[in-house]
Amino acid sequence: MAYLDHAATTPMLPAALDAYVAAVREVGNPSSLHAAGRGARRLVEESRERIAAAVGARPSEVIFTGGGTESDNLAVKGIFWAGRAADPERTLVVVSAVEHHAVLDAADWLGVQEGAEVVTLPVDDAGRVPPEAVAELIAEQGERVAVMSVQWANNEVGTLQPIAELAGLAAAAGIPFHTDAVQAAGQVPVDFAASGAAALTITGHKLGGPVGVGALLLGRDVACTPLLHGGGQERDVRSGTLDTAGVAAFATAVEAAVKAREEYAVRVSALRDDLVARVRAVIPDAIFNGAAEDRLPGNAHFSFPGCEGDALLLLLDAQGVYCSTGSACSAGVAQPSHVLLAMGADDARARSSLRFTLGHDSTVADVDALLAALPGAVERARRAGAWKTPR
Amino acid sequence: MRVLAAMSGGVDSAVAAARAVDAGHDVTGVHLALARNPQTFRTGARGCCTLEDSRDARRAADVIGIPFYVWDMAEEFHDSVVDDFVNEYAAGRTPNPCLRCNEKIKFSAVLDRAVALGFDAVVTGHHARLGADGLLRRSVDIAKDQSYVLAVLTRAQLDRAMFPLGDSTKERVRAEAAERGLAVADKPDSHDICFISDGDTRGFLESRLGAAPGDIVDGRTGETLGTHNGAYGFTIGQRKGLDLRVPAADGRPRYVLSITPVSNTVTVGPREDLEVDVVSAERPIWHDLSADVSCEVQLRAHGEVVPATVSVADGTLTARLTTPARGVAAGQAIVAYRPDPGGDIVLGSATITAGSRAGADV
Repeated sequence: MAYLDHAATTPMLPAALDAYVAAVREVGNPSSLHAAGRGARRLVEESRERIAAAVGARPSEVIFTGGGTESDNLAVKGIFWAGRAADPERTLVVVSAVEHHAVLDAADWLGVQEGAEVVTLPVDDAGRVPPEAVAELIAEQGERVAVMSVQWANNEVGTLQPIAELAGLAAAAGIPFHTDAVQAAGQVPVDFAASGAAALTITGHKLGGPVGVGALLLGRDVACTPLLHGGGQERDVRSGTLDTAGVAAFATAVEAAVKAREEYAVRVSALRDDLVARVRAVIPDAIFNGAAEDRLPGNAHFSFPGCEGDALLLLLDAQGVYCSTGSACSAGVAQPSHVLLAMGADDARARSSLRFTLGHDSTVADVDALLAALPGAVERARRAGAWKTPR
Repeated sequence: MRVLAAMSGGVDSAVAAARAVDAGHDVTGVHLALARNPQTFRTGARGCCTLEDSRDARRAADVIGIPFYVWDMAEEFHDSVVDDFVNEYAAGRTPNPCLRCNEKIKFSAVLDRAVALGFDAVVTGHHARLGADGLLRRSVDIAKDQSYVLAVLTRAQLDRAMFPLGDSTKERVRAEAAERGLAVADKPDSHDICFISDGDTRGFLESRLGAAPGDIVDGRTGETLGTHNGAYGFTIGQRKGLDLRVPAADGRPRYVLSITPVSNTVTVGPREDLEVDVVSAERPIWHDLSADVSCEVQLRAHGEVVPATVSVADGTLTARLTTPARGVAAGQAIVAYRPDPGGDIVLGSATITAGSRAGADV
């Protein structure tokens, strides 16, 4: 088996698993006042401090959530609601065209349900938001923007956004800027304070922690209306009993991933470059998607002309090679990637793409397995034809 | 063999896939997404194209332990089956969309793609027998037999088809599904036309073809007896829903005898005028090489069989019936069977173009 889908989820780090198992054995609600509760609370607060230290935030800025989707929804909706409540003229939600659906669909929901006006930022052919586009928008109607959200790194093609520049433009105009950094944390340097962002999303299972726990880093002076109401456990912005064991494992994973990041990036990007070079050698007309330089170390993304991505996936799956078409699912049916379409790819190229993502346990054997299976799969998929090409 | 199991989310295709695994094949499940805008949940027991059906199919594949994918065939289905259905009615014919789906989707678009991807065959949950002799036969469960809608398949298509359920009754298939722990064991059968979820075929056609009022005339006298809102709403042999203002002279019920799209006329008459004993059909799929074949013919889905002599020449199939049949509609398939104790054998099929009385011009 060659697991080349680390961007979907990556195996838990052994230290994180140990932390989880140790904590989950203990009883205690961190909100309880007795000793068992205090024990759990202490573990949660230590975890909060460790995460804060690892990503350049203050502990009080770490709001634990149920994962990336919840963090993104909380940031986009919560900051929009609070911003519009303070100033009814602020009705714009600004998002990039290549956001994850957790951001895109939250923005669309605000458009349909809350009368928000959704503005989509364009990207260049590498998937990067041009800072000029943001500057232009701010010059024209900056005072009407309630929230702006641009991801740190793209989940499909791995392109890094010029976050410091974009966040700086937004901050100078008094616009709260959120960035979804679930793919970036542990892969590239992520420092909340230095980024200038008002809010930042991270999640456990993309960096060796458990699924179902994440955080929104939320600046202390950023107003955010809650999505979930109840006990007010997290700064009154998020309610719900905290998952002590999940939080402890998440903190262990964040700390370990950040600590190992430099060495990881060198090793994994070398492996990725090897993968890319070898794919290009055997499939000369494969199109490499995304930025050449500013991209996630473990991400390789190709279009294979004449193939359907889902046919390639089926064929590689049968050979024990696991990758992704990276596209959204609607009715379980593969749709052409909105990311590639936004980058200017046509429908056929968008449908012919595959994402290979490496992670902390990837080895050259994984790349070897891919290269052993890929030429035959591409040949077969070409024979099956680009059957979804518009006729 | 590497086989692709088309899994609708129903009990039949789930058991068929499981049996293919038991037979030692390397099976991959595929659910065909056929609706352009699939509904989240089934309404009633109709249809087979909802997200719930897709999840049922996925869950069945999990239980069986095979890979599972969804293939988007909505455009192909719409072009080859739904549009064809509407166009056929507009042309005064009565199409069978299940047959067309087998011919154009399951054993054409899906099979072609499967073969290109390295699969050897497509397995489905149809109730029909296809043995080592390569002959297509009726299911042991005559009430559930689907050989009629498979008879359109060519030799090449049959060579890459597997129907593992033909030796079992539907009851047995359901029992086996339960034994295998498949949650779809007691899922109701789909029925009617899967893309008309409310079952209102006339309303579906009217929404696509628009109202087209025309006359209903007497086949013997030429007298106009009433009007209709669209000739496509009628089928040969239909008795109900004619809404005639003028009663028949002899007081007997009248039936639709023919539909003429050019003049937008529906012709009606007494029951005996429906009788035909010569059936002409086009686009024959014929597995027998003999000149004149004595056999039995079936003229519509779940219809009775009639003894006949069939000949095929110049792309036309002609069936001379030994006893007259009624309600023979252009667009339906004529399927010829040779009676056999091991299951009646499909000799071939063709698309009905006309029915007539020998020596008469009806």
